[in-house]
Amino acid sequence: MPQQSLPADRSWRTVDIVVASVIAVAFGVVFWLWGLIWTATEAAFTFFPPAQAVLYGVWLVPAVLGALVIRKPGAALFCELVAAIVSAALGSQWGAVVIVQGLAQGVGAELVFLAVAYRSFRLPVALAAGAAAGLGAAIFDQIRYYAPYDLVSFRIPIFIVTVVSAIVLAGAGSVALTRALARTGVLDRFPAGRDRATV
Amino acid sequence: MTGGALARRNPVAKLAAALVFSVLLLATLDPLAPAVAIAVELAVVPLFGLGYRALLRRMAPLLLSAAGVLVTLTLFAAERTGPVLLAAGPVLVTSGVLVTALGLALRLLAVALPGVLVFATTDPTDLADALVQNVKAPPRFAIGALAAFRLVPMLAAEWQLLAMARRARGIDAGRNPVRRLRLFAATAFGLLVLAIRRGTRLATAMDARGFDAGIPRTSARRQRFGAADAALVVGAAIAAGGSLAVSFAAGVFRPVIG
Amino acid sequence: MSRLELRGFGWRHAGRRAWAVREVDLSVDAGERVLLLGPSGAGKSTLLAAIAGLLPADSGEQAGTVTVDGLDPRKARERVGIVFQDPQSQLVMARSGDDVAFGLENRGVPAEQIWPRVDAALARVGFRYGRDRPTAALSGGEQQRLALAGALALRPGLLLLDEPTANLDPAGADLVRDAVAGALDGDRDTTLVIVEHRVAQALPLVDRVVVLSAGGGVRADGKPDEIFDRYGRQLAADGVWVPDQPLPQRNGSAAPAGEPLLIADRVGLAPRLAPLADEVPVRGGEALAVLGPNGAGKTTLALLLGGLVAATDGAVRATAALTGDGRVGPAPHRWRAPELVRRIGNVFQNPEHQFVATTVADELALGPRRCGLPESAVARVVDELLQRLRLDRLAAANPYTLSGGEARRLSVATALASAPRLLVLDEPTFGQDRRTWLELVALLGELRDAGHGIVTVTHDVDLVAALADRRLTL
Repeated sequence: MPQQSLPADRSWRTVDIVVASVIAVAFGVVFWLWGLIWTATEAAFTFFPPAQAVLYGVWLVPAVLGALVIRKPGAALFCELVAAIVSAALGSQWGAVVIVQGLAQGVGAELVFLAVAYRSFRLPVALAAGAAAGLGAAIFDQIRYYAPYDLVSFRIPIFIVTVVSAIVLAGAGSVALTRALARTGVLDRFPAGRDRATV
Repeated sequence: MTGGALARRNPVAKLAAALVFSVLLLATLDPLAPAVAIAVELAVVPLFGLGYRALLRRMAPLLLSAAGVLVTLTLFAAERTGPVLLAAGPVLVTSGVLVTALGLALRLLAVALPGVLVFATTDPTDLADALVQNVKAPPRFAIGALAAFRLVPMLAAEWQLLAMARRARGIDAGRNPVRRLRLFAATAFGLLVLAIRRGTRLATAMDARGFDAGIPRTSARRQRFGAADAALVVGAAIAAGGSLAVSFAAGVFRPVIG
Repeated sequence: MSRLELRGFGWRHAGRRAWAVREVDLSVDAGERVLLLGPSGAGKSTLLAAIAGLLPADSGEQAGTVTVDGLDPRKARERVGIVFQDPQSQLVMARSGDDVAFGLENRGVPAEQIWPRVDAALARVGFRYGRDRPTAALSGGEQQRLALAGALALRPGLLLLDEPTANLDPAGADLVRDAVAGALDGDRDTTLVIVEHRVAQALPLVDRVVVLSAGGGVRADGKPDEIFDRYGRQLAADGVWVPDQPLPQRNGSAAPAGEPLLIADRVGLAPRLAPLADEVPVRGGEALAVLGPNGAGKTTLALLLGGLVAATDGAVRATAALTGDGRVGPAPHRWRAPELVRRIGNVFQNPEHQFVATTVADELALGPRRCGLPESAVARVVDELLQRLRLDRLAAANPYTLSGGEARRLSVATALASAPRLLVLDEPTFGQDRRTWLELVALLGELRDAGHGIVTVTHDVDLVAALADRRLTL
């Protein structure tokens, strides 16, 4: 395969591809488990389903986390898309459409990192990326699921909760998660790990 | 993967067919189109070489989800038209609400089923090969993702080990849901660390065998995309379109936008 | 046919103060077979990685030179094949044939040549199954055979083996050794460098031994017999598994066994463990070794005895001696976790599965805290264990950054921290160098003599000879 036209530090090493895939796959597995829990607890939220969306941000973590760890163009999109494919392959209850949704979410986050030319991976950018991914998800859900629901008591609250959850869990959460991972030493081959103190 | 004429079709064709079918069905909210679609899907199940019982097992979470949708929508519907069937406090069930709820539940199933069929009958290696050879996906990404996917069964087994290890260290959550969530998160973190570590070692091993050689990769396995595969995608589009046409003709078509 | 040359070679990983390996001068001619030895921390794995060209220039600092056939290894990668110790982290594909083909695909070998070469490589290592055999269905030894086939299919001039049998049971290790011997039989072209703890197993494969020194440099280099005659005892003291050096033996009990702590009454867990023939007591002051072939259910039994999993047949009963209170109560797997940690200490096969805290000190403090000890007592316990297991230097380090031996010592220490009466260990000596091995054996012996009950699941014949009072073979 001819070398990419991006400068050397922008092209993906094998370890970038594999670890991005591992993050995506690990989250795909967690999603599959989480999906089962989500379904099981659906009954508990019947009094106010938008409350269930509080944890929606978890679905969007791969997009932001992938970009923060790998720090190469396409990381957000790749991680979210592969996570969606994996959860579909494992038997997600939402079927193949979850792949399209993953695409929408991943594109949202990717656009934010593109907007900063992949130079900044700090908290504000992560929060914005989380918000963008959350917007992608919320809009997608409105079309796919929620059209017949009541606008004021359901659709607006769930939209807001989804996006806020995305900002907090996928945005801030990914930053915290990246730091925690870096401390274990597993990110030593990545930029995020190089900030670790010399041992 | 064995038997079934449709199961043996090109993986990308199967995936595309499932996506086309699912996405088209999203266009309507009425119950008739998805009902027709489900009938079509169930009819082709044998062509995928899958038994109905196996299918039911894979669909179990989906059925639960659909039931959940029925309940939530009944409580939160926007339009409550038609004769009232049940009025109990805040709950107002009208025939209109019921039809809408049924439509959504059936739509959930109709949209999810093709994906279940495809992934139950498709080998991941074949899918990666087809993505590279037929859709020109970048080989390093497809194979890299495939290699990471192979680690999945190991992750599932290691989750159990990690959970047991935490109990062995004196950590358990009891009945408190917040603590259970924290324990879930902590175990998931441990799993992520192990997975990344393993992935890093795998990447080194892959490089040792020339994965980053920079020369064009050849493929040991051929994936062909032929007329039958194209026909599958077209057939899926026609079937979905047909379902929509049926509900349109019956006058119950409810566009999702508008 | 590749030649290897190292002059004053050293490597320091980015972010580390200490050099992983330094001042290595070594020449290996084409066709030679070399066994590379040295204590833990001498940098053997790093050295092999450097020779295979797998250390990127930006991931650390290099001193001296290393060349393969006169070239920088990073540019000569197609001449070198390497097999690592963990099969799960080096097999790429789900089907065996596809995995061997992987390397050939990477090198752009034309499609019609790939499968004949795959079949030839599989035959060369004595692989017993067909191309479609799922890699997940292979035993550890078979997986390493497959990894070897994958490396050999590329026809390397230099073959590197980095502890290929470290994670395997004796049967698996034999499989691998036979595969290597068979593959290289009559092949005077392939140069071999192997790092292997089970020295006795590797000796038939090599004609030269090179010993690295922990501080840097090559300590000894020559024919196996000469090296072991001259340096045998020193090497053993440093942690090298020198053949024919004596190991402690368990001869008779210092004190009679104490009262039973657990009774495994015909327990079984379908389908992994068939029910035991009769009641098996686990006593205080006694070390019980659980033996048996792979697949017999040894780990499952360890989990049952450790109170981590429920039996489907029979029952595990705890006595009042273990529970410490008058009544016997429910079975161990029903105990609340804080109770469990106070009574039974579990040590898993892979220490990394047990890490929950962010520093070594916190790992050790976790158990005592969960038992409700006051902070002063906790601090005392932690300090004692840090000293005892030579982990004091690492008190603030993250557990995942520890080396294999250190991680193992930490996992044993954490099991001891809450002072349980019974210890259940699963393969505690896997892949340990001689020094750590002796320390562990001494520690376990002391605990047993002090009245604790010890159960070890193990393949390690030497461990059984050194420690076990009773054996249970599944």
